[in-house]
Amino acid sequence: MSNAATALFTHLPILLIVWPLGWGILLLLGAARSSDHPPGSDHPETSLRRERWLSLSGAAITLLGASLLSWDAAHGAIRVYSLGDWPAPFGIALVSDRLSALFLLLTAVVAGSALAFAIGSWDHRGRAFHPLFHIQWAGLNGAFLTGDIFNLFVFFEVLLIASYALLTHGLGQARLRVAFGYVVVNLTASALFLLGLALIYGAYGSLNLADLAQRTAALAPQPLFLARAGATLLLVVFAIKAAAAPLYLWLPTAYSAASPPVAALFAIMTKVGIYAIIRVHWAVWGGESGVLGSAAFALLLPVAIVTGLLGVAGALAARTLSRQIAFLTVASVGTILIGVALATPKGIAAALFYLVHSTVTVTLLFLVVALVAAQRGEIGDVIQPAPALRDPVALGLLMLLAAASAIGIPPLPGFLGKLYLLEASLDRPGQGAVWLTLIAVGALTLIALARAGVTIFWHTHPKRITVWPAGDSRVLMQPVVALVVVVAAMTLWAEPLYRFTYAAAVQAADQTAYARVVLERVHFSAPWTRPYDGVLPQTEPPEVP
Amino acid sequence: MTLEGLVASAIGIVTTVAVYLLLQPRAFATALGLTLLSYAVNMFIFVAGGLWIDAPPVLDAGRRLSADPLPQALILTAIVIGFATTAYLLALAVRRFAVTGDERTHLTPKHTEDAR
Repeated sequence: MSNAATALFTHLPILLIVWPLGWGILLLLGAARSSDHPPGSDHPETSLRRERWLSLSGAAITLLGASLLSWDAAHGAIRVYSLGDWPAPFGIALVSDRLSALFLLLTAVVAGSALAFAIGSWDHRGRAFHPLFHIQWAGLNGAFLTGDIFNLFVFFEVLLIASYALLTHGLGQARLRVAFGYVVVNLTASALFLLGLALIYGAYGSLNLADLAQRTAALAPQPLFLARAGATLLLVVFAIKAAAAPLYLWLPTAYSAASPPVAALFAIMTKVGIYAIIRVHWAVWGGESGVLGSAAFALLLPVAIVTGLLGVAGALAARTLSRQIAFLTVASVGTILIGVALATPKGIAAALFYLVHSTVTVTLLFLVVALVAAQRGEIGDVIQPAPALRDPVALGLLMLLAAASAIGIPPLPGFLGKLYLLEASLDRPGQGAVWLTLIAVGALTLIALARAGVTIFWHTHPKRITVWPAGDSRVLMQPVVALVVVVAAMTLWAEPLYRFTYAAAVQAADQTAYARVVLERVHFSAPWTRPYDGVLPQTEPPEVP
Repeated sequence: MTLEGLVASAIGIVTTVAVYLLLQPRAFATALGLTLLSYAVNMFIFVAGGLWIDAPPVLDAGRRLSADPLPQALILTAIVIGFATTAYLLALAVRRFAVTGDERTHLTPKHTEDAR
């Protein structure tokens, strides 16, 4: 590899955060200018078109960066980027491995298609859509790349504060009402996050993930007690973000109220919580066998099963399609968490495979529902008879494909994901409950979506209605078709994808290799005291290379 | 009462008030509750690094004892983030009140289903 390429790959982790953040700020300048329209400035439509092109080209570069990072990570190397060249665990470290790369690429696919969809319809219905979108993307990338818990918190906040504003995009009474509750829930969760990490810091004197993993075994009983309290608090926080029962109640309301492209982007947000559980509780604290993970993982399987069942029950009861999809998101979180709760590389790999599939499918469903709702005028996405759609065949087929994958009909990736989950649960405790839940969730999802589909596509009456202008539907179809291609690709290349997720799980679990790379510049023989007790070591501190 | 006991009960009392306010069904009380909660959390992070008497958080060759500076750096970040999010929450509450004319925070099915 040439020098330039080496430098690019070295700096790729930080670029994936700085680029969307900087691009968002750049777009914000443009948005601030175009909202005033002083005399002599560009026509609003010209500046809107320019903003869209800028936004799309920025997104294309982020997508390219995420693809490059994934291609690089697929070779199995763990890359560490030390900010300001301060060595971990003292400085901030960004770490990219297969697990991070998988989530980065998934974010790029979801965000890219949501953005393309927004450009056809929604972005001009409120201010600063594009800047906020890129800033949220930066927060998501940062959360997947950070190597310590405190920066996980910071990036959570970055992505959340952008999501607070994006949720109210398009305004309206309902969105403002719902957004308030969403913000309060997330701020409370952030307070709990800080409490948890303060306890962790009190116990370890460190917040670096590799460092935590290395030193858990050596903790004295009292710090261990603190660390356990902190770990449990963090699990609660991640469960709120992931929308696990009983902490999922914020999700259906918020997602069904959001504008469709925002709801599509939010499909990745619950996965940040799941990523954090996998990275922190499973990889770092050793899952079921680890001292700290065991308390958390004892809770996780029942929680996952209840989440799956309650989510699908909500989907059965939902009166609008978008609310139904939001509840199916909860059900999919339950299914993924079942795999996580198995706490084996196989379980995690199956969970990751299902996660990739369900995120793409939920995004696709939110976008298709938006197209369907736009052709039903006043009735929108309420599940009740209405005049026929303008193009029932195309939308019906899209809906059928997305629904079939959500239900898990062979040969679609939803089916394969569930098959991997069933296989991973063989001979594990709770196998019967897992099998029953997975099959029940699939069957009930089938009933819920079949009922909705039959009502919307077949129970039509010939009254004429006014169709809402939802932008150029040919433009809107492009991201939808792109997502269909992704689902098709996942069907065709399911085996390589599963091999990748399995390799990601194995790599994440290997904490010795992880620590060797992250902490390679630290001399553990040097005299130091952590947690810090106030007394400085009498000898000289180790030389920083 | 020891210093530890005093600080711990102060954090506990502020948290209690914060949780009480947070559970009120009005936007203003909720915002106040979150502000108080972030105060309590910041104090909690502060003491997570241990309580120090007569020990500044800077290295000084003449002194034997210096306090752990890292929790203070963490709090600084937490304060900035908390300030920004509280400001956003208040702006949202005002906008919400202006549009709906309703300061109560509860949601009914009617509120959530006319979101289209």
